[in-house]
Amino acid sequence: MTSGYIAGINGSVIRVKGSRDFKMQEMVAVGKEKLIGEVISINGDGVIVQVYENTTGLRPGEPCVSKEKPMSCTLGPGIIGNIFDGIERPLKYINEKSGAFIARGIDAESLDGEREWDVRILAKTGEQCSEGSIIAEVQETSMVKFKLMIPNGVSGRIAEIKQDGKYKIKDVIAVIDCENGEKKEITLCQEWPIRIPRPVKGRKPISRPLITGQRVIDAILPVAKGGTAAIPGGFGTGKTMTQHQLAKWSDADIIVYIGCGERGNEMTQVLEDFSKLIDPRTGKPLMDRTVLIANTSNMPVAAREASIYTGVTLAEFYRDMGYHVAIMADSTSRWAEALREISGRLEEMPAEEGFPAYLSSRLSGFYERAGYMENLNGTEGSVTIIGAVSPQGSDFSEPVTQNTKRFVRCFWALDKNLAYSRHYPAIHWLNSYSEYIDDLNGWYEKNISPRFMTLRNSIMSILQEESKLMEIVKLIGSDVLPDEQKLILDIARVIRLGFLQQNAYHKDDTYVPLQKQFKMMETILLLRDEMEAVIKLGIPVSQVQNTDLIESVIKVKYNITNDDLSGFDRLNEKIRTVCAEIKSNNGFKRGV
Amino acid sequence: MAVEYMGLSKIEGPLVVLDGVKNASYEEMVEITAEGGEHKWGRIIEVYEDKAVIQVFEGTSGISLTNTKTKLTGKPLEIQLSKEMLGRIFDGIGRPIDGLGDIYPDEMRDINGSPINPVARRYPNNFIQTGISSIDCLNTLIRGQKLPIFSGNGLPHDNLAVQIVRQATLSNGEDDNFAIVFAAMGIKHDVETYFRRSFEESGVLQKVVMFLNLADDPVVERIVTPRCALTAAEYLAFKHNMQVLVIMTDMTSYAEALREISSSKGEIPSRKGYPGYLYSDLASMFERAGIIEGSEGSITQIPILTMPNDDITHPIPDLTGYITEGQIVLDRSLFLKSIYPPVMALSSLSRLMKDGIGEGFTREDHAVLSNQLFSSYARVGDARALASVIGEDELGAIDKLYMKFGREFEEKFIAQGKNENRSIENTLDLGWSLLGILPESELDRVDEATLKKYYKPKEG
Ligand SMILES: Nc1ncnc2c1ncn2[C@@H]1O[C@H](COP(=O)(O)OP(=O)(O)O)[C@@H](O)[C@H]1O
Ligand SMILES: [Mg+2]
Repeated sequence: MTSGYIAGINGSVIRVKGSRDFKMQEMVAVGKEKLIGEVISINGDGVIVQVYENTTGLRPGEPCVSKEKPMSCTLGPGIIGNIFDGIERPLKYINEKSGAFIARGIDAESLDGEREWDVRILAKTGEQCSEGSIIAEVQETSMVKFKLMIPNGVSGRIAEIKQDGKYKIKDVIAVIDCENGEKKEITLCQEWPIRIPRPVKGRKPISRPLITGQRVIDAILPVAKGGTAAIPGGFGTGKTMTQHQLAKWSDADIIVYIGCGERGNEMTQVLEDFSKLIDPRTGKPLMDRTVLIANTSNMPVAAREASIYTGVTLAEFYRDMGYHVAIMADSTSRWAEALREISGRLEEMPAEEGFPAYLSSRLSGFYERAGYMENLNGTEGSVTIIGAVSPQGSDFSEPVTQNTKRFVRCFWALDKNLAYSRHYPAIHWLNSYSEYIDDLNGWYEKNISPRFMTLRNSIMSILQEESKLMEIVKLIGSDVLPDEQKLILDIARVIRLGFLQQNAYHKDDTYVPLQKQFKMMETILLLRDEMEAVIKLGIPVSQVQNTDLIESVIKVKYNITNDDLSGFDRLNEKIRTVCAEIKSNNGFKRGV
Repeated sequence: MAVEYMGLSKIEGPLVVLDGVKNASYEEMVEITAEGGEHKWGRIIEVYEDKAVIQVFEGTSGISLTNTKTKLTGKPLEIQLSKEMLGRIFDGIGRPIDGLGDIYPDEMRDINGSPINPVARRYPNNFIQTGISSIDCLNTLIRGQKLPIFSGNGLPHDNLAVQIVRQATLSNGEDDNFAIVFAAMGIKHDVETYFRRSFEESGVLQKVVMFLNLADDPVVERIVTPRCALTAAEYLAFKHNMQVLVIMTDMTSYAEALREISSSKGEIPSRKGYPGYLYSDLASMFERAGIIEGSEGSITQIPILTMPNDDITHPIPDLTGYITEGQIVLDRSLFLKSIYPPVMALSSLSRLMKDGIGEGFTREDHAVLSNQLFSSYARVGDARALASVIGEDELGAIDKLYMKFGREFEEKFIAQGKNENRSIENTLDLGWSLLGILPESELDRVDEATLKKYYKPKEG
């Protein structure tokens, strides 16, 4: 066993001497309390270990012993519905053991080794199996069926396999006669090093949206299953709320929510809310498809650095079972700052704003772990990554935002002024983009309506025109504009208030099905067309403005419920009738 | 038994280096005796096999390389805790300075505390009425929240903090079991006196624990002052089930002290010379607010900071805003219009208000009303911008109404007396009467039912 001693301590970074046998990224038990650490650098002088717990009280001379394995996650049933810290330590168990305040040096297994799971065996003795083959399953939560997969590096013939029954995670379920002559015991759990992506057969093209029920996302700036998105925004602009909304309502099978260097209360809130909220698709509590990684801002910074990798490793594991997994990482900036802090203590040469030069490659390495994959066992699954970015001083030109922008294909820029006027979600429609529109066009055409993207594009061009007009309005006011331009401002207002603005606290508006989103766009554009026809006849736009048409289209999000869309036909009829009346009041015949 | 080391190998700013030490531990406290016999406290901030870097709290003046004695204490910085602390005054590192002698400690605790397990937290949702409309209606304070005041030099943040302390009442009347912990970092003597006198006048002095590091006190001590205060707060809240309000002022001086130490350590700075870990460092204090399962107590924090140059994007307010649960922003232009408290509604925020308002907490219309006020007041900005180009007389009818609404909103709703204590009902009614200036078609955040019940348009 490789072992050495502490030769220096500087925050979370310690220097170890006394052995030349430590390996990079190996786990180390540090000091008498056996704090968890990882080898992050080796040089002639010794070894540098980052410690995942508070180092106060450590002394030079205390022992450091290698655990002879890389920083890994334990993967097995019991992950879903649970809450872990950045290195997959179970926070509920730690709470039982050390109370409300997290003590250090607690020896805790990630998953409950005593719990018995109902295992259903799917394979038979004598069958061939290889990496990823599914040989048994467990109903892990009401929503998730856990698949027992043959670990990587193992393939051969099933020599023995248990029968259906109750087993603990360390019980041997099967024995494999490997091709290389070894015998391998398979248990319900396995380990995987967090910094290495789990292998797949290949990437598949992106073609399905991650449906979120948020209009500005689904209809205007969609993200794909297996895609990547960033949510940059200053404090209070709604990064966390947006992430919570996506975690609640998006149509992924599994949500991995990483609270990376953010508030403790926000994690508590997810725990409390998600246990009560019911998933609209399955009728089961949302927590039954969610796993939380909570490494809040006051928890050790090295574990914050690891939390992102822990989260993505859990996600890949469930992807391998054939699930669509979405990761929310709030906030990737805090992770980048953890990198910076550790890099600073290593006295590395900084690049921009003190961040290490490898910031960009680490970011790309993380986002590259997203994708729509064909798994080794032939199933398909995806990992979607949605990362919040917290730019210092709300300045989007800072390094983390800029580097992230290079690696994500969806950019949901939150705008301070929208947030100030309480326009939520404060995703700015003109400063944001989605590169998935072309990939997803076919899906929307087939599943919602062939006109979906056409309507979307009309909506966008009205918003663009509005923004140009606003430059003029700022100088001369809107009263003097010609009627065609007033119409654009009116319709743009309807789009902003009635469509883009979406109230997360309203029971119906918090999640809106795509059909309703489509019908809302249809109605807004119908209003535009009808009003246009009116003013083309020389009738002042104010005659329409004085009816309640505009208000009723704005309030349609509240007045037509998600489960009964018949109201749209009535509203559309009303728009046509009222406009026809205006025309006939002005001496124009119906049908003109 | 404790070994004493003679001499130092280096002195640099607030740091000294001690060679040849054996058995020192990271963050251990050391006692330093300078040549003239003066005692100082220091803390080990880096330690190697035979060398330790020590940060000296009272500063290094008077310390020489040769005749300085250093003794290890074997422990990190701890303070003595007891309920007797109520009504007492301590210096920046927790020693009594009010001449009333030592306290008898019930226990000793490391001032750094430990992170609260998110599993053990209870999500705060208990409304605190401050009697101040701009807070109660628009940025509701919740028990267990961390809600800072972002201010500027010369703005009345101290008055506002005092008014909050004086008027704050909890919705369920557990008023007698409260305590106030006051941490001063680098503030002037007269500010400290102002706070003390105000506590005295409102009869709460016996419920206050003060930790003072004033402008002329050693800068390095400033790093530990808020941590001493928060350790006392945790003790009172979670051991004695008290409702604790912590006021920490001025966080800007704190951050500057941190920068000074960081630069003397030769660390690589991030923005404006502040260390890259400023965020984590601030979070290690702000995250000590909250409510935990199994205790009746709570810690509510009101940190005060002065934004250098009134710049909200400066790293100190910026990083604070990323950690705290909202912010009350004071605005110089409102102040110049003689509006007290000069709370800038739009950039202020209370992230916890949504769960602590509405039916059963304040009133059913609260959320809708505050949303509408925000959005209408944001529209005032557009009208004003246009008015400054074409003149107010040239504005359209609606924009003119917004100008009127904006003025009255600032003068009648935001502004109030330093002793004026408005009930939440009064505040909400006032809000509706202001919305009466605007026509119904402008109230796009209000549903029909609420509109019917509360909205009364004003004539003309
Ligand atoms: N979609 C939304 N609906 C309603 N309110 C929202 C929405 N998004 C944000 N908010 C409001 O904005 C506040 C700040 O949002 P949050 O997500 O915490 O910001 P950030 O994480 O960017 O600092 C929330 O407390 C909430 O009041
Ligand atoms: Mg957030």
